[in-house]
Parts: sequence; structure tokens; C-alpha cells
Amino acid sequence: MSNGFHIVVCGSLVPDPLQTLQPVMGASGLPELKSEMMLPSVLDPWAGHALFEAAHLAAKTPESKVWLVSAGPKARLQQLMMTLAQKVPFELVALDGSASGFTDASSVAKSLSEAIEGIAGLDRSRMLLFGGCASASRDAGATMQIVGERLSIHDQFLAVDELDVENDGSLRILERIEGGQYLESVCEGPPAMLGWATGTLPEPKNNPQVGMMNMRTIMPALQRAQSVSVGAGDSTFASVEVPQQRRETRIVKDLPADEIARELVEWIRS
Amino acid sequence: MASILYVAHTEADGTLCKPALEALEAARQLKGSLGDATLTVGLIGHDVQAAADAIASCGADRFLAVAGSEFGVSRYGSDALAITELVKASEATVILAPATSRVTRVLPGVANRCDGCIDTQVTGMSVEDGQAQIQRWYYRQRMVATLTRDQSPWFLSIAAGVYDAWKGDTGTAQVEILAVELDGGATRTRVIGTKATDSDTQTIRPEADLLLVAGAGWTKKQADGQTHVPDAEQLLLEFLDSTQASLGSSKSLVDQDAEGQAVMGFLSHMNQVGQTGSTPRHPKGLATCCHGEEPHVVGWRFINQRRAINMDPNCSWAQGKADVLYVADAFEVMKKVNDLLSKG
Ligand SMILES: Cc1cc2nc3c(=O)[nH]c(=O)nc-3n(C[C@H](O)[C@H](O)[C@H](O)COP(=O)(O)OP(=O)(O)OC[C@H]3O[C@@H](n4cnc5c(N)ncnc54)[C@H](O)[C@@H]3O)c2cc1C
Repeated sequence: MSNGFHIVVCGSLVPDPLQTLQPVMGASGLPELKSEMMLPSVLDPWAGHALFEAAHLAAKTPESKVWLVSAGPKARLQQLMMTLAQKVPFELVALDGSASGFTDASSVAKSLSEAIEGIAGLDRSRMLLFGGCASASRDAGATMQIVGERLSIHDQFLAVDELDVENDGSLRILERIEGGQYLESVCEGPPAMLGWATGTLPEPKNNPQVGMMNMRTIMPALQRAQSVSVGAGDSTFASVEVPQQRRETRIVKDLPADEIARELVEWIRS
Repeated sequence: MASILYVAHTEADGTLCKPALEALEAARQLKGSLGDATLTVGLIGHDVQAAADAIASCGADRFLAVAGSEFGVSRYGSDALAITELVKASEATVILAPATSRVTRVLPGVANRCDGCIDTQVTGMSVEDGQAQIQRWYYRQRMVATLTRDQSPWFLSIAAGVYDAWKGDTGTAQVEILAVELDGGATRTRVIGTKATDSDTQTIRPEADLLLVAGAGWTKKQADGQTHVPDAEQLLLEFLDSTQASLGSSKSLVDQDAEGQAVMGFLSHMNQVGQTGSTPRHPKGLATCCHGEEPHVVGWRFINQRRAINMDPNCSWAQGKADVLYVADAFEVMKKVNDLLSKG
């Protein structure tokens, strides 16, 4: 048996955070974003950190492999892969379905876990299930735990910033908790689920060679992407709105630093 | 009839934290609005009697608990077994718990085990035609939805800072302790304990009245063509020391650390506010040397009064994102602010 990790990262696309998002009620009663298919998208940031951590761990642990399981509209996934492919080596498992934030975590988790169960050559006893601690769309922080449960993984960690593999193969993990502290735990070994926060790695630079290697498997994966029905479960949405957040900004110019400081201190103490 | 289960865990000292008391208030209000409902308290911890006694007068119909040293720690495997048992024993249709890190990690998995559904970080609840409705935010605090569910049990984690913490008399609670067998799988993980970040100073203070945000401008070249990082560090630390404010940061500033540039020793990614950072709750926020771009400002959703100091009158704070923008040099202003604060 190999000693490497089989790391499965779940991550998909979200709208570029610099875009203005406008919710509209869709025909099915489920909210959606205005012109959703036209919005430029990026890899969901925390899932991105998970992917970079996975690649880093795989690179330093022989006989390891990284899969990226991504559910989203096929055309937008393809676009995303153009940039992502150049970052780190992975094998894509693509699912053609909604990437809307208004879908239910358990519905997404069902599709993801079924796809993971279908990965040929995946040794689940060596498996590390990675994902973001929350998405930038649904932002529920629930999907990864449900995927883990469905795959009978009962060692789960959320908002992880650090994973160290000890000499005995155990996993030392730091999770973010309240008040800027970490919770330190040691898990005997895989299988385990880690929902990542920022981690410790910068975004890798583009590497065209990695891109070429990845593209050989990405295009076929996109072609055979199964279509999945990801829905909102039994939720009924009464409303979705962007609250009025524009403030009347008072712009204070040409006021000496002394005066500004006085005003600020008064405000701080009020 | 709705059967409400309120779930909370005790802290290391056996008490319930503030978000737990807030979630209790949410559960009581829900019971009141539904009318025809029961409320069960379900506690998890090493020893839960003191916590149960502290909330004995909350109006709960029943107190259940899973207790013992293995349940005194925050661990998915044991927490999942404990909460599942509480749900079963209470025959709950709605479960409310505080959105602490411990609950946030475990509740979705428990919802799946109980064939239930879950909504997290709930920021409001109401009852319409006898049915509970919740509010929660989507797309990182950009839009808020009101929704309801038919599925039961329905698990809800309640965001901190939304409800007032429950207050009431202590008493003696009759706690039914449930027996939960931990199989080997539940203890494959050993909890070592809590640990401070590598940064030199503890700067995150969730209970503070004021959030001070530092942006990348503090490390940029200033009018004299030089950077002044040590001065910036000193100004910020002095300010934090005298105001006991919590320190937030923009992504650009904390990223400099990962990219190997000099950055302030007391900052880490934990301080980052925004799209890929935190969404803290404080009554006031002061942004310094930070541009106020949308991915940063989404993290300010729950900061009520907002002021900013920036040299650029056209920075994003000026576009309706702050109440007051001071167009000024933050080095100069913060020095004067510190002088005034030190004079008491
Ligand atoms: C996917 C994604 C996720 C992101 N997530 C986040 C996030 O979670 N949090 C976040 O913060 N950003 C996030 N960003 C980045 C965001 O778009 C901005 O790039 C970032 O917030 C800019 O940080 P800044 O304002 O500190 O730096 P800069 O844009 O460099 O601004 C520095 C500011 O300092 C001012 N300044 C300089 N010197 C002085 C002085 N002496 N006195 C007063 N003012 C001075 C300048 O005028 C300028 O406005 C994200 C971006 C993406 C694409």
C-alpha cells in the first residue's frame, strides 16, 4: 500500500468579489443573481487555499495525488480552469450544475460525495478531504462537514490554518477559534476532513508547464462532466434583498491633525 | 407542536459564553412567538451542573446533558455523538445553538445524521402564520434573505451579537444526563489545547467597543519617499493599548507577511477583515491607511459607526461606505490621538 495521501479538494467558482451583485427571484421561486451566467468568476477563495495546501502537501509526500471536485455550470468551470490549471497539479472531477449560493448545502454535498465515491483509484483509507471553511456564495460553512459525514469521515476540522504530518503519520492541526486563538488537535491519520481558512501559503505563481500537464486531463473531465441537480432543498424564500448601505459620508478636508484627533477622541469616548 | 432544543457547550471554566446566552434568548423568544412549543435545554461539557443552574430560571421545560471529560473538549467525533443523542432524546423539531467555532464545526454533520436541514449564522427570526422564518446573509454579507423550511428537524446556529444575552436568576436545575458511548472512532482525535497565534501580541478582542483597521498604507512609502513601518507599529500598539480596541487588517497588509515582506509582528491572517476574512461585530470602527474596497468593506457589515482616515479623498470610504472620512495623514493624526488619549 502506498504511503501517500489521496487528497480530494472540493471547490467551485464564485462571482468575482469586485462585481456588484443583484439578487432577483427566479421563475422557480429560488433566488438567483442578475445576469449570473455573465458574471466573471474566481475560484472560491477558501477552497483555493485548500487546493494550494493540498498541492503543497502532495509535493512533499511521495505517492500522493490531488483531485479537485468542482460543481458549477460547465462553461464557467471551463473558463475558471484556464487560469487555475496553471497554479498547481491536480486532476479535475467536474460536475455540471448550479454554483448558486442559494442552493442548499446538503444538496451540493450529496452530488459531491457521490462524485467522490466514483473516483477510480481513490484509496479512501488514505484520503484527506479538503475544502474551504465556508464559500463566498452560500457562506454557510456546512457543505464540507456533510460531505464528510456522507463518506463516513468522523474526524473533521474547520477553519484550519495549519496541518503538519508527524513522523508517526499523525496529523497535527490548528483550527481558528474565538478571540484570535487556535485549537490544536492531533488526529491519528487519514481519513479526515479539513475545511481550510487562509492557511499559510501565498497564491502560487502561474506555471505554464503545470498548466499544460493539467489541461490534458481537464478537457476530458469537462467533456464527461455529469449533469447534477443541485437545488435549494425544501427552503422557501420570502425575500432576498441588498440592504441600503450607502451612508452620507461627511468628507473632512483641510482640518489640522490636532482638530481631527480631538474629534476622533471625543467620538471614541462617546 | 414545535419541540425546541437549545444546545450549548460549557467553557473550560464550566460557564456558558455570551453567544450561548444570546442563543438561549433567541430560543426563548422563538418559543414565545410560536406559542404552542416546548423548550428543552441540552448541554455538553465536562461538568454541566453549574451552567444548568445558572440558566435554571430560563423557562425550559426540561434539562438534558451529555457530560464527562471526553465532552469537555471541542472535538467533532464526540460532539457529533452528543448532539445527536440530545436531538433524539428531546424529539426536537427545531434546534438552536450559538454559532461558536465548536458548534459551527459540528452542527452540519449532526443535521445530516438526523436527516434534518441546517441554516447557519442566523441573524433574525420571526413567526409568520405559525411558521418560523429566519434571516441569514448570502454572498458574504452582500444580501439578506428571509426563508423558511418544511423539513424537520431544522438546525439553526445563531450569529453572535444579534440577540441580547439572557439574564435571570440562578437556581437548581434537574438535569437528566444521557449516556453516550464513545467508540474508538470518536477519539481518534486528541485535543491538545488552545494556542495563541505566532504574532507577538493578542490584538483580537471580540467584545471591544471599537475596531481599529490597519491597511497596507501603513507600510507604503510616505511623502518623504521612505517607509516607516516601526513608527506605524508603535502608533498602532499605543492606540490599542490605551483604547483596548480590537485590531483588524486589510488583506493586502497581512498578505505581505506570506509574501515575505516586512509586516507588523502583531498581525496575522486572523486579523483580516472582509470577503476572505472575518465579519466582526463592534459598535464603532476606524479604518486607517486602508482604501475601503468592496471585498474589504463587506467585512464591516455589522460595524455600526464607521470612520476612516485616508490621504486620498477619492478612496472607497468616500463613496458612502463611512460616516466620516478624514482626508489626512494617519501617521500625524494617530500620533495626536495617542497624545490626547494618554492625557486621559
Ligand atoms: C477574492 C478576493 C478576496 C479578497 N478578500 C479581501 C478581504 O477579505 N479583506 C480585504 O481587506 N481585502 C480583500 N481583498 C482585496 C481588496 O480588493 C483590496 O485589494 C484590499 O482590501 C486593499 O487593501 P488596502 O486598502 O489596505 O491597501 P491599498 O489598496 O494599497 O490601500 C492603501 C491605502 O492607504 C492609504 N494611505 C497610504 N498612506 C497613508 C497615510 N499616511 N495616511 C492615510 N492613508 C494612507 C492610501 O491612500 C490607500 O488608500 C480581496 C480581493 C479578492 C480578489
